[in-house]
Amino acid sequence: MSDTLAQPSSGRHSSRAEHRRAAVLGAGQTHHRSKRPDVSIAGLCREAVDRALADAGLGLGDIDAVVVGKAPDLFEGVMMPELYLADALGATGKPLLRVHTAGSVGGATGVVAASLVQAGLHRRVLAVAFEKQSESNAMWALSIMPPFSMPLLAGAGGYFAPHIRSYIRRSGAPAHIGALVAVKDRRNGARNPYAHLRQPDITLESVQASPMLWDPVRYDETCPSSDGACAVVIGDQAAAEASARPVAWIRATSMRTEPTMFAGKDNVNPRAGADAAAALWARAGISSPIDEIDVAEIYVPFSWFEPMWLENLGFAAAGDGWKLTQAGETEIGGRIPVNPSGGVLCSNPIGASGLLRFAESAMQVMGTAGEHQVPGAKTALGHAYGGGSQYFSMWVVADSPD
Amino acid sequence: MTEPAAAPLSAPLSAPLSAPLEISFDYTRSLGPVLSQFMTGLAERTILGSRGGDGRVYVPPAEYDPVTFAPPADLVPVGPAGTVLTWSWQPEPREGQPLRHPFAWALIRLDGADTAMLHAVDAGCAARMSTGMRVRPRWAAERRGHICDIECFEPEADGPVLTGNGQQAASQSAGVPGMDGRPVTMMTTPVRLHYQHTASAEESRYLRALQAGKLIGQRCPACGKVYIPPRGACPVDGVPTATDVELPDTGIVTTFCVVNVPFHGQRIPSPYLAAQVLLDGADIAFQHLILGCEPDEVRMGMRVRAVWKPAAEWGTTAENISHFEPTGEPDAPYDSYARHL
Repeated sequence: MSDTLAQPSSGRHSSRAEHRRAAVLGAGQTHHRSKRPDVSIAGLCREAVDRALADAGLGLGDIDAVVVGKAPDLFEGVMMPELYLADALGATGKPLLRVHTAGSVGGATGVVAASLVQAGLHRRVLAVAFEKQSESNAMWALSIMPPFSMPLLAGAGGYFAPHIRSYIRRSGAPAHIGALVAVKDRRNGARNPYAHLRQPDITLESVQASPMLWDPVRYDETCPSSDGACAVVIGDQAAAEASARPVAWIRATSMRTEPTMFAGKDNVNPRAGADAAAALWARAGISSPIDEIDVAEIYVPFSWFEPMWLENLGFAAAGDGWKLTQAGETEIGGRIPVNPSGGVLCSNPIGASGLLRFAESAMQVMGTAGEHQVPGAKTALGHAYGGGSQYFSMWVVADSPD
Repeated sequence: MTEPAAAPLSAPLSAPLSAPLEISFDYTRSLGPVLSQFMTGLAERTILGSRGGDGRVYVPPAEYDPVTFAPPADLVPVGPAGTVLTWSWQPEPREGQPLRHPFAWALIRLDGADTAMLHAVDAGCAARMSTGMRVRPRWAAERRGHICDIECFEPEADGPVLTGNGQQAASQSAGVPGMDGRPVTMMTTPVRLHYQHTASAEESRYLRALQAGKLIGQRCPACGKVYIPPRGACPVDGVPTATDVELPDTGIVTTFCVVNVPFHGQRIPSPYLAAQVLLDGADIAFQHLILGCEPDEVRMGMRVRAVWKPAAEWGTTAENISHFEPTGEPDAPYDSYARHL
């Protein structure tokens, strides 16, 4: 990467301009809970913002622009909450953008904020994402039954469970793989002081004994419903070099989209996700993700999505993702630790969940992840998906600029 | 949700079908420290504002100062009377608005405040409204710590106040009926959305065919794939799909889940088996219900046929098919539907 102007690109899909360096200067999040009745939505966001700014050693006055992301407005019933949140986010008198890409929105928010810096428009940009699920009922909001149709919608679980069944059939994975992921993530969450669910004593047996919600998805293999927020400060090269604290250099970002349903859509291994990953690795100069990525924070709202996304992202060949899980390679200390924070399975403030993956990946390469730090992590992936496996956003961060 | 209504007889058969879609939820707002004080104040007939870093008093109070971005230090009582800065007459009040009869929406700067608050003024007629007029709150008889504790504002010219003013209310605040002296921390916000959901022309044709017991899809002229319900355009090729294809009511289960979890808004009691059904000749599956066997007997690749409701009950809806049931034929081989997963 260099600061040169855009060059005409070769290849019909590589129309990206060269861009400037950007880095995560600080990250912050709330203690995620099922209910935060003590704060408003604004107060929830501000907690994360204050922690991110403290982490970066900056104040709101140092911020040039604010990007905010959240999932569908029906989740809290506040139309365009970014308008009322401007004061809480310190955005008054500054550019304020709202991003919306369903459940992947936190990741997309990080990508948009990074792009504002990479484009040279702003020196320091604040990315904020949130969800206060306790104000409503996301399963209801995701199951609105329009006239003329069969009223079969049953939330995200009802949508994804059949595709998980398809994965199990296609890959031949043993039935307990999903439970292994749940055990690993919940135990990891116990190391994360911000995690909503912290279950150090969970076992394979207890997960398999938990109620079947959307067969084949069990209760303990399902993300919780959380109130929470996350914030990240992204700065340009000068801001990063001026920082007295470790920063996470953004090596590459990538986003892709495809329709929710079309004839030939691969719901197990979606094309948009695979294309986004291929573009990401190319941009970051990574040829073998499993060898070159030290830790991955992947959007896994239902346990089986760990092996599915390991394949979609190229950490394993199609059909082989579950073998990494089964061999313990996705645990801290394994070949590719996945979700050392506990991931979405431990905390799911939906709009924030993607940015949490991005923030946690940055914390890993900054060396600030505390008890769930992957020792020596230098290069990390943050990943999010949303809609009906429709939106994908991801980034690679590292402890050095190139 | 309201059941889909049949199209009016006067509508041409080509007109898109349309039916009401009602969405409602009582959202539960946690107020946070600043708005909690404001709402608690309203229950006690006191209106509070925040003093900003620039010395201005904001009403309602700002949770975070627009200038310094810091939370406000103290809240200060304002009003309760104020001045109308501008207004707009609402001749036909709608559901959820403060008054049932015509009123004015007004921006009201309460005495002691620097910003204006939006509220209703019950002036009787537009002729009694004017910029600069003095108004005072009319308090709701029963207050619960909600913006609606101010029923509306009324012209000061209307004569003596019956329910007391803010100063008196503040001195009486120790004993607020129903509040037990506790701060208000939560507020319920009912949201009611009334949509008229309109199907596309292609979906309407599909639904009218369903009413006649037929299943109509459309073939993409570019890729040749058959969509049911028809989309009107192929999402892959981006070209219009004009060729109708009648499909049989038999097919296979590609994949499925058993929904065991009950939830708000559910219309089919759990547990139920929701399957992706790929009709013979179609290239995309749709979700439907499987009955006629135990849930643990349902398999990927299982052959199924539609079980229709009695023809007398048919309408323009996918619910004309009560469910799908096993045909008893051998399962389709995995390879035959693997690309539909």
